[in-house]
Amino acid sequence: MGLIALLAGLLVLSSAGNLAFGAVPIPLREVVSALLGRGEGTHAAIILYARLPRLCGCLLAGAALACSGVIIQGVLNNPLAAPNIIGVNSGAGLATAICCAVAPGAVRLTPVAAFAGALAGVLLVLVISERAGAARITLVLAGVAISSMFSAGIDAVVTFFPDALSGYTDFRIGGVRNLSMARLTPAFWVILIALIAALSLSNELDLLLLGRETAQSLGLSAKGLRLVLLMLAAALAGAAVSFSGLLGFVGLLAPHIMRRLLGEESFPLLLSSALGGALLLTACDLASRLLFAPFELPLGVVMSLAGGPFFIWLLLRQRRGGGGP
Amino acid sequence: MIELNQLRAGYPGRTVLEGVDLDFRPGQVLAVLGPNGCGKSTLLRTANGLLARVGGEILLDGLPLERLTVREVARKVAYLPQSRTVPSITAGRMVLHGRFPYLSYPRRYRREDHEMVRRALDWAGAAELASRPLPQLSGGQRQKIYLAMALAQDTETILMDEPTTYLDVSCQLEVMALSRRLAEEGRAVVMVLHDLCLAMRYAHRLALFQDGRLLCTGTPEELFCGAELERTMGVGLGRVQTEEGWRYFYR
Repeated sequence: MGLIALLAGLLVLSSAGNLAFGAVPIPLREVVSALLGRGEGTHAAIILYARLPRLCGCLLAGAALACSGVIIQGVLNNPLAAPNIIGVNSGAGLATAICCAVAPGAVRLTPVAAFAGALAGVLLVLVISERAGAARITLVLAGVAISSMFSAGIDAVVTFFPDALSGYTDFRIGGVRNLSMARLTPAFWVILIALIAALSLSNELDLLLLGRETAQSLGLSAKGLRLVLLMLAAALAGAAVSFSGLLGFVGLLAPHIMRRLLGEESFPLLLSSALGGALLLTACDLASRLLFAPFELPLGVVMSLAGGPFFIWLLLRQRRGGGGP
Repeated sequence: MIELNQLRAGYPGRTVLEGVDLDFRPGQVLAVLGPNGCGKSTLLRTANGLLARVGGEILLDGLPLERLTVREVARKVAYLPQSRTVPSITAGRMVLHGRFPYLSYPRRYRREDHEMVRRALDWAGAAELASRPLPQLSGGQRQKIYLAMALAQDTETILMDEPTTYLDVSCQLEVMALSRRLAEEGRAVVMVLHDLCLAMRYAHRLALFQDGRLLCTGTPEELFCGAELERTMGVGLGRVQTEEGWRYFYR
């Protein structure tokens, strides 16, 4: 509980930082009055129409991708599985690209399309890995194959409909610039509902960690539950991708850090990963604005520069035979 | 009570067990013996419904197994598989999972569940381990936790697949003594064992398998006097009488 409180505290701090710092530093007093609707002038407009949506985007995408990672890793019993690795993110990306190409005006449709794409990615990986044997490496390989197929699909859509993903590079790298509250609202609801549902299933997720046979001998029919949980993971990842693009490693990074700090009990793990994922993205977003000011690095770049080395460290650690924390 | 009638079991395209008639009686430790690959683990997994039977009949308290839901079976039969993943959770939490079959969604553990877990841990002599993370425990301590979980599950039948493998000798004896106590409390304990001496010393009844068939069942006395055990396992047993009963050794 102490760690969760600490994470929440840090998250508040970094959120405040996100609102206050940037191309134009704004004093905290003005930030607060803008948030309360009492601000006026340019500063208030910057807060309400640029920085607040951007902050909310970070919070939502970080929490959703991290929880999606926890669920996918738990259900597939594979610490290397994460939404970006096993084709969930690129599935959502492809569906988003197609949706934007076919119906450019339908902003509300994109989360739905992203969910469908993410779900397709999850199910494909699940089916292939069950057919080919449930070995951990098979699953990751299947995911990589599907991921690259979907990415090729995104490229094809963009080739034929160059306007489909305006700011395609942004989408590909992943970022939260140029968001509006209206664009976030549908994703917000999807993420909120899926998070609550995932937390309510944390005992079931705990049982899945014991392995399929033990879970079933304790009265849990794993098959149906795996599907439900993967759908929740797809909803979370899909909703996040629909507005933030193909953000990299949050879904891998946050769950692994939290697992080391807290252990694998699902309820605290989900909760802390949600906070940790949101914290990571807000911190990276802040760093992306401040490191090379006045230039701004894309959020996805900062995220990957932080996440890449971590993933390599994880691989090395696994090879030395350290499974869990 | 689980009764197997003319059970045929196996995997798609490969029958492992054939024509098995066996019952798991409450109040007894039944040791399942036989060479590697003779179908012992398949027997436990099929009796528990984890593996669909190919033919024959499995009755659970007189009802065909397939008429019961997974949850109903979990309230009657506990199962400890041979290989288990070791999640990074506390031992107490692990034992609490034994209460899972008694809760329905959204599964908030009740006070009586926690009370049951406390008693199960006390019973297994593992109360002081409750707050320790599972990966930090020794093999023997983990086994105690799994036994406590099976007790918390509060089932009449407990199936264990090689519960003593990889344990040092004193832990093996401890696990066997705990299993015997489970049987004395009126539960049917079925364990797959490779150590014949341990099986002969602690089991009430033994079932000897070879090539997917049940060769014979009997008390340790009956198996010791018969010729099947030596012929099947390829090793002879001797015994000496002690104050606490017969002790067996490999000749």
